[in-house]
Amino acid sequence: MMAAPAIEIAELAGGKTAGLDGFHRIKVKERTWHELAAGCAAGHQDLGGMWFDSGAIQMLLFSEQQKMRAIVALAARSGVYPSVGCYHAPAIRLERALRDIHGTDPQGLPDARAWLDHGVWPSAAPSQKSGKRPARNYEFLSAEGNGLHQIPVGPVHAGIIEPGHFRFTANGETIVRLEERLGYAHKGIEALCKGADIDRAARLAARISGDSTVAYSFAFARAIEAALGWPVPRRAEFLRGIMAELERLANHINDVGAICNDASVVVLHARCAHLREQILQVSKSCFGHRLMMDCIVPGGVSCDLAPEGRGAIEQLLKHCAKQFEAVVHVYEEAPSLQDRTVTTGIVRPALAAQFAAGGYVGRASGRKFDTRAIFPYAPYGLLKFDMAGRSEGDVDARLMVRVDEVRSSIDLIRQMLELLERGPIRGPAPALKAGEGAAMIEGFRGDIFIRLRLDKHGRLAHFHARDPSWFQWPMLEAAIEGNIVADFPLCNKSFNCSYSGHDM
Amino acid sequence: MRSLLLRALIEGPAVIDRPEPDSASVSELARALADRFRQRLGRSLAIREVDAGSCNGCELEIHALNNPVYDVERFGIKFVASPRHADVLLVTGPVTWNMRQALERTYAATPEPKWVVAAGDCAKNCGVFAGSYACVGPVSAVLPVDLHIPGCPPEPLDILKGLLALIEASSA
Ligand code: SF4
Repeated sequence: MMAAPAIEIAELAGGKTAGLDGFHRIKVKERTWHELAAGCAAGHQDLGGMWFDSGAIQMLLFSEQQKMRAIVALAARSGVYPSVGCYHAPAIRLERALRDIHGTDPQGLPDARAWLDHGVWPSAAPSQKSGKRPARNYEFLSAEGNGLHQIPVGPVHAGIIEPGHFRFTANGETIVRLEERLGYAHKGIEALCKGADIDRAARLAARISGDSTVAYSFAFARAIEAALGWPVPRRAEFLRGIMAELERLANHINDVGAICNDASVVVLHARCAHLREQILQVSKSCFGHRLMMDCIVPGGVSCDLAPEGRGAIEQLLKHCAKQFEAVVHVYEEAPSLQDRTVTTGIVRPALAAQFAAGGYVGRASGRKFDTRAIFPYAPYGLLKFDMAGRSEGDVDARLMVRVDEVRSSIDLIRQMLELLERGPIRGPAPALKAGEGAAMIEGFRGDIFIRLRLDKHGRLAHFHARDPSWFQWPMLEAAIEGNIVADFPLCNKSFNCSYSGHDM
Repeated sequence: MRSLLLRALIEGPAVIDRPEPDSASVSELARALADRFRQRLGRSLAIREVDAGSCNGCELEIHALNNPVYDVERFGIKFVASPRHADVLLVTGPVTWNMRQALERTYAATPEPKWVVAAGDCAKNCGVFAGSYACVGPVSAVLPVDLHIPGCPPEPLDILKGLLALIEASSA
């Protein structure tokens, strides 16, 4: 590690007012960049994403204690800049990905390997001007010792799952190292957004990770609204919240069932899958699409909730609450289940804090962060809920955090239905103009971050989305170490990281 | 656990009735299967799902086929873990360059006779991802496709109707 004094973003942003979207914007010189990176390593602030725009390398830094978020930019015309990853490991994959896509050159980055570019694209990514391409063969990290063997898995997995490669090194049944290789689902979404109008970019953003389509549309809409000063009517804010909580409910319930399935209690899986189906059917009847894709749009929402819809949701919540508690009851009373989940796949709190692991992965390991509570956005400022949390960091803790979140989502939707008043569902579109906006939204998996910039015609000049999985995938590698190979599916399910959201 | 099982007895099954096979699919398949391997499936399908770069929305709906409402195993449709056991590859997503080789290898590992079903708009024409440097093209750019099931994502019922059409057509 290089030596630089560690500084806090609060020292730079203190006293200044943040933008309308709640983010400070700070231009720094190289020395301060080093110091901020060292500050991340020292735990003064969290790293929330990195991107390259307008000849500057930029990063999101935030601090939950100071309740402060800042976008820090360092001019780097040629793409050469001091690596953050050489101070702060969570930046390493971000910087490898940026190098593949933009040809940036992070000085001192400890890993020379490509990340998203597997060397098979017919041409380099459009924003990567250097023309340098990685070799096709990828060198996995080595593990040496007597009796070690490797188990390569993927990118095509045994179940109905997204593509990714896992390289296990095992000693008998015990995993000594897991190395992930991702990027298989890379679709070049950032490049597709470049030059796109707002409607098209919204459709792309909604398809970054299908299970979080509501959360992504929500984040995209808020970033656009910040860039253009687009007002959102109160009713639309509550409808957004209701959709976001329905999405969380469907995913959490489904995954609780899937974890139990991997521990061989199939009946709970069937129960949960049925509940999820019912949530999707109500979502469709209320909002016209089972996953509520494209239902949140800049300025508001695209479909209103009819009075019958409200009744259907109330009914659904009643049913879910009852059925889900029955599932939880079985889980808590079944020693054979606990035997599999308790002490399996532990993420240490220090590691979760270092990586700013979001969602249930962080909250199960003592990280008290939920965007809805720490950086509340409409409508959550008007709602009451308790942040879920555990500190054990094992599969059981991640599952129990989700259980608590199912309960709080049900309550949140009830609060929102109560507060829902009549009115328009979309604000009048403002004149198109150049601007910049950012947003952070708590999806079911964790905090989703979007940053974008519009040109004077209102087309996207830059788009960047950072899935929570970026800071959760590395936790999985750490969590599985020392566990048996047979526990990997269970452990993996308890994370349920997104491949597509990560690969983009 | 006992109370859950008991309730299942009282409440009765959650399953829906068998839907009619999709007629548009039937005609697409009639063409595709005209001379190929009729009566080989014995009214059952073993499916290997391959995500060739989807946003995972299609996977969610394919997953839903196994829930108690659609319960596809009662129609002889079963998802299998290996292409070696499969009759059908059910492929989603625009095929990304990074997934191309894995998709081709999975196809090569599937024994004849085999069918390819492309599920979702992306699998049909790349959907919103058309034109990306990172996508090869729709599934048909890489493998011969016997049936397309459109939708973003296609709902479980649409997927089920398409698969039933495949069973009908191949055992007609
Ligand atoms: S068709 Fe729609 S749901 Fe399916 S992979 Fe494409 S974008 Fe996702």
